[in-house]
Amino acid sequence: MKSQTKEIRASIHRVRLFGRIYEREQVTTAIILMTPVLFAVFMLFILPVVQVVVYSFTNMTTSQRGTFVGLENYKYILTDNKFFLSIRNTVLFAVLKLVFDTGLALAIALMLDSNVPLRKFLRSTYFAPVVVPVVASSLIWIWFFDPDVGPLNMILEALGLQPLLWLNGKSTALISILIFSVWKGIGYNVMLFLTGLQNIPDSYIEASKVDGASWWQSLIKIKLPLLRPITNFIVMIGIINTFKVFAEIDVMTPTGGPGYSTAMIVTYIYNQAFGRGKMGRACASSIILFLIIFVLTQIQSKMNASKTVDYE
Amino acid sequence: METKAISNNQAINISKKLKTRKKYNIPVFIILMLGAVVMIFPFVWMILSSFKTTTDIYTYPPKWLPSTFNWKNYKAVFDMIPFGRYYINSIYTSVMQTLIQIALSIFGAYAIVFLDFPGRKFLVNLIRSTMFVPMVVTLIPMYLIMNGLQDTYAGIILPQVFSAFTIFLITSFFDSIPKDLCDSAKLDGCGYFRIMFNVVIPNAKSAISTASMFAFLGHWKSYTWPLIITNKEKYRTLPIGMKYLVAESSKEYQVMMAAAVMAILPVLVLFVIFEKQLVKSITLTGMKS
Repeated sequence: MKSQTKEIRASIHRVRLFGRIYEREQVTTAIILMTPVLFAVFMLFILPVVQVVVYSFTNMTTSQRGTFVGLENYKYILTDNKFFLSIRNTVLFAVLKLVFDTGLALAIALMLDSNVPLRKFLRSTYFAPVVVPVVASSLIWIWFFDPDVGPLNMILEALGLQPLLWLNGKSTALISILIFSVWKGIGYNVMLFLTGLQNIPDSYIEASKVDGASWWQSLIKIKLPLLRPITNFIVMIGIINTFKVFAEIDVMTPTGGPGYSTAMIVTYIYNQAFGRGKMGRACASSIILFLIIFVLTQIQSKMNASKTVDYE
Repeated sequence: METKAISNNQAINISKKLKTRKKYNIPVFIILMLGAVVMIFPFVWMILSSFKTTTDIYTYPPKWLPSTFNWKNYKAVFDMIPFGRYYINSIYTSVMQTLIQIALSIFGAYAIVFLDFPGRKFLVNLIRSTMFVPMVVTLIPMYLIMNGLQDTYAGIILPQVFSAFTIFLITSFFDSIPKDLCDSAKLDGCGYFRIMFNVVIPNAKSAISTASMFAFLGHWKSYTWPLIITNKEKYRTLPIGMKYLVAESSKEYQVMMAAAVMAILPVLVLFVIFEKQLVKSITLTGMKS
């Protein structure tokens, strides 16, 4: 066996690249395999990222290439009331959705982790809306939210409460979409939390019980710290996903909602680019969106890097 | 060390036994069931309503069951919009995107896991960094790059064929394949391409099909890009077509529900068949990151 390997080794062609020795065949194979991947990364990420930065400094429109205008686009959007509104809506939506998506998901996961019958069935029901296409499920909820014939208002009336305007009301439109969005997405986080909880060895919990810890204490002192990596992931993905939300907004409130109350940053970008043809402005707004996401995810990961606990 | 591991295992076993003997937590179960009703109710409502008539919908108090079961609304969907065309467009583009995406991901993952070449670390980081650039940010340049491909299938497909998530998902599957397997194939005189096709891919078959399913579901619901790159009705995909149905059907909710049932059905079937694998890959991506 050993002499055989030696023989093979001897027949291998080696190359020296950047001060290290590589096997020639491995390098050529890697080049062939990586070329399409790199081409895709270049065409779909590097090139458009460079372009979006460059275009954001031009007055490009759908019909003309445009010329350099410096910070003109940024000045315009940062003083545009609609842009301000879209940022306010997005931040409001993101904060509320993150709170519900993590808080409620954790509560459901903790309950699913306790000793209940039909656990598998329950788990599937919470997860089902996640896999369903967002536009198709939006259609169901558009009806739910209908002020005249929607089931939600009928329930409210049956309970003797005041019916709401839901998607048609300036103060309720964003909340309506939030309700839909939490229903749609919560199962994903439930699943992650549940796996995390099930990965905690029972012996930890038993040991804490022996030491006289209450359920609440074992949650705060053992479960939550051990769930930290998952919570970080959920918050990170949550920030990215809520800041780029568009499909459900565009389907449920195509014009940006009553009084622009459901317009998101992406709605603003879309309207500037494809409604008004202002490509330069749309690019500048894209850059701002990217910066917001980038800064938030950086802060989040910095904040948590120091806090991660490992009991092993 | 060994004795400790055994005692730990025993402890887990004992506590598992204790757990099964423990009584069910009924109050928690009731809360969870109520929640489950909220999660499932929209789907039940959708299916029942897709058979209702206009009068069923506008009566008060609302009717739960349709007065007659007929397929009229399903037919109406096809009369109102070219639903069949949208459906075929969606299937075609989603399948093509998935195929290309999986091929690229297998290539990338294989090179990352099994090959030693200069710049490997850099490439991994480059691929990882693409996760921080959501497509909405590069939407406009992408639109301009794809300008000549407006209203073509290529225009819909090409910008959505790369996903760092899929690459890392498959990478983590490949990581679990024993390296000895490849070494022995190498000793038998296999080249690195043969090893990929004859050893690595067959060994990761179920994992690759899971990743494909995952990718397909993502493409099936894809909205923003197809919305931008298609103008002609002929090339619209299902989600885009359904957006226009909302305006077209003007509050004929029973027709909208029939369309929703048809769009959701293939996904629910896939979900029922692949639930275990789907959940596993979701949790895997969560744990890895």
